[in-house]
Amino acid sequence: MQTRLTLNGTARELDIAPATLLVDLLRDDLALTGTHVGCDTSQCGACNVLIDGVAVKSCTVLAVQLDGAEITTIEGLASDGALHPMQAAFKEHHGLQCGFCTPGMVIAGLDIARRHGGSASRETIAHELEGNLCRCTGYQNIVSAIEAGSKAMQDA
Amino acid sequence: MREFEFTRATSLDGAAEQFASGGEAAFIAGGHTLLPAMKSRLRMPDRLIDITGIPGLDRIERDGDRLWIGATARHATVADDATVKSAIPSLAKLALLIGDPQVRNRGTLGGSITNNDPAADYPAACLALDATIETTGGRYQADDFFLGMFTTALADGEIVTRVGFRLPQAGAYAKFRHPASRYAMVAVYVARFVDGWRVAVTGAAPAVFRWTGAEAALAAGQPTDGLLLDPSELNSDIHASAEYRAHLCTVMLAKAVAELV
Ligand SMILES: Cc1cc2nc3c(=O)[nH]c(=O)nc-3n(C[C@H](O)[C@H](O)[C@H](O)COP(=O)(O)OP(=O)(O)OC[C@H]3O[C@@H](n4cnc5c(N)ncnc54)[C@H](O)[C@@H]3O)c2cc1C
Ligand code: FES
Ligand code: FES
Repeated sequence: MQTRLTLNGTARELDIAPATLLVDLLRDDLALTGTHVGCDTSQCGACNVLIDGVAVKSCTVLAVQLDGAEITTIEGLASDGALHPMQAAFKEHHGLQCGFCTPGMVIAGLDIARRHGGSASRETIAHELEGNLCRCTGYQNIVSAIEAGSKAMQDA
Repeated sequence: MREFEFTRATSLDGAAEQFASGGEAAFIAGGHTLLPAMKSRLRMPDRLIDITGIPGLDRIERDGDRLWIGATARHATVADDATVKSAIPSLAKLALLIGDPQVRNRGTLGGSITNNDPAADYPAACLALDATIETTGGRYQADDFFLGMFTTALADGEIVTRVGFRLPQAGAYAKFRHPASRYAMVAVYVARFVDGWRVAVTGAAPAVFRWTGAEAALAAGQPTDGLLLDPSELNSDIHASAEYRAHLCTVMLAKAVAELV
């Protein structure tokens, strides 16, 4: 089915089979493998992407539902080789170990920054990560990264 | 997932027409219940009709003593909407307790009440706030809409268009969330109206229900800590026994009463 969308700033017109999940379109058809599949059951948030600026689990969205939408994946955040402030904060604060959950965590962090600006408390950030699972870090550094990344975005 | 046909409806009439054009059809809104069910092949529709592009179906407005929320309004929108927050703050709070931020960015009111999951949140709000559920086929009072586990009064092909919640004098929703799924293990919505109290319980039984004993006690100004639901009518599963759920209902009732706004 013909579907027009803007992907990481580029307008695309794609012919998509209706049963295609957004995450499969991204990974299998468009080779954007930064978006991960941790569970496929809507629990883990590794597949988070931004749809029209808000974080959504791409394993639980049909790509054909996104006609006219703007999609940003982890690949679309850096510009001219410079990391996005939220990505830079994850690097600075050691917000990752194996890195599998990281793309989804960064996208969740952007959604937290969108809603709270740079003012979210650690408690709020931890609470708002309830749809994201990490098997490695114990979350503390992820919270620190999102705290710092949100502030950096506000100051930018 | 099995392949299916997909159409984008731009009007309610168009959606009804597409639904009736043969095979097993289903409407899709946020897809956060339907797609997981299709992945596990609990549902295998031949055609999906996307209703999220129908103009106006996500509108939120206050009209007299009712707050009307469109069927395709997302949970996150309801949680953050100024009209909802000022008219029925406890309803905005309920929306904020659904799932996680990503789920709230996608899931809709209409999908939630149509699915009528035994542990879903919105059905409790509909019952406690004496909601009118408007559909392409007419209007239902919430008391006649939620018929049982995953069952409603909706006919095949009938679309929920909006829900009118009656403004209470005060209301509160106390939810004991399952720590992993975030659905309600038990949750109680208490609402006080000029003409009486309404108390709805979700998560505890095969379907949402009104706790008439609690309503009577509150109306009479009696304490509620001695009330206990009959465990033989409540759910027992790997998450909690019926006795534990009965106890939680009493505790959540007290918590809601203490938080009335
Ligand atoms: C990880 C996770 C956690 C969740 N936690 C909670 C929670 O804590 N509490 C809670 O209440 N829910 C929870 N949910 C469910 C969530 O709220 C769903 O979004 C909601 O139940 C369904 O809404 P939807 O728009 O996604 O519906 P869809 O999945 O699109 O549709 C669900 C059903 O309703 C039908 N339908 C949809 N809209 C209409 C309409 N307007 N008229 C007629 N039929 C319609 C569809 O055909 C389908 O049968 C959770 C979901 C997930 C994935
Ligand atoms: S892969 Fe989508 S939530 Fe886990
Ligand atoms: S860093 Fe390994 S899962 Fe989070």
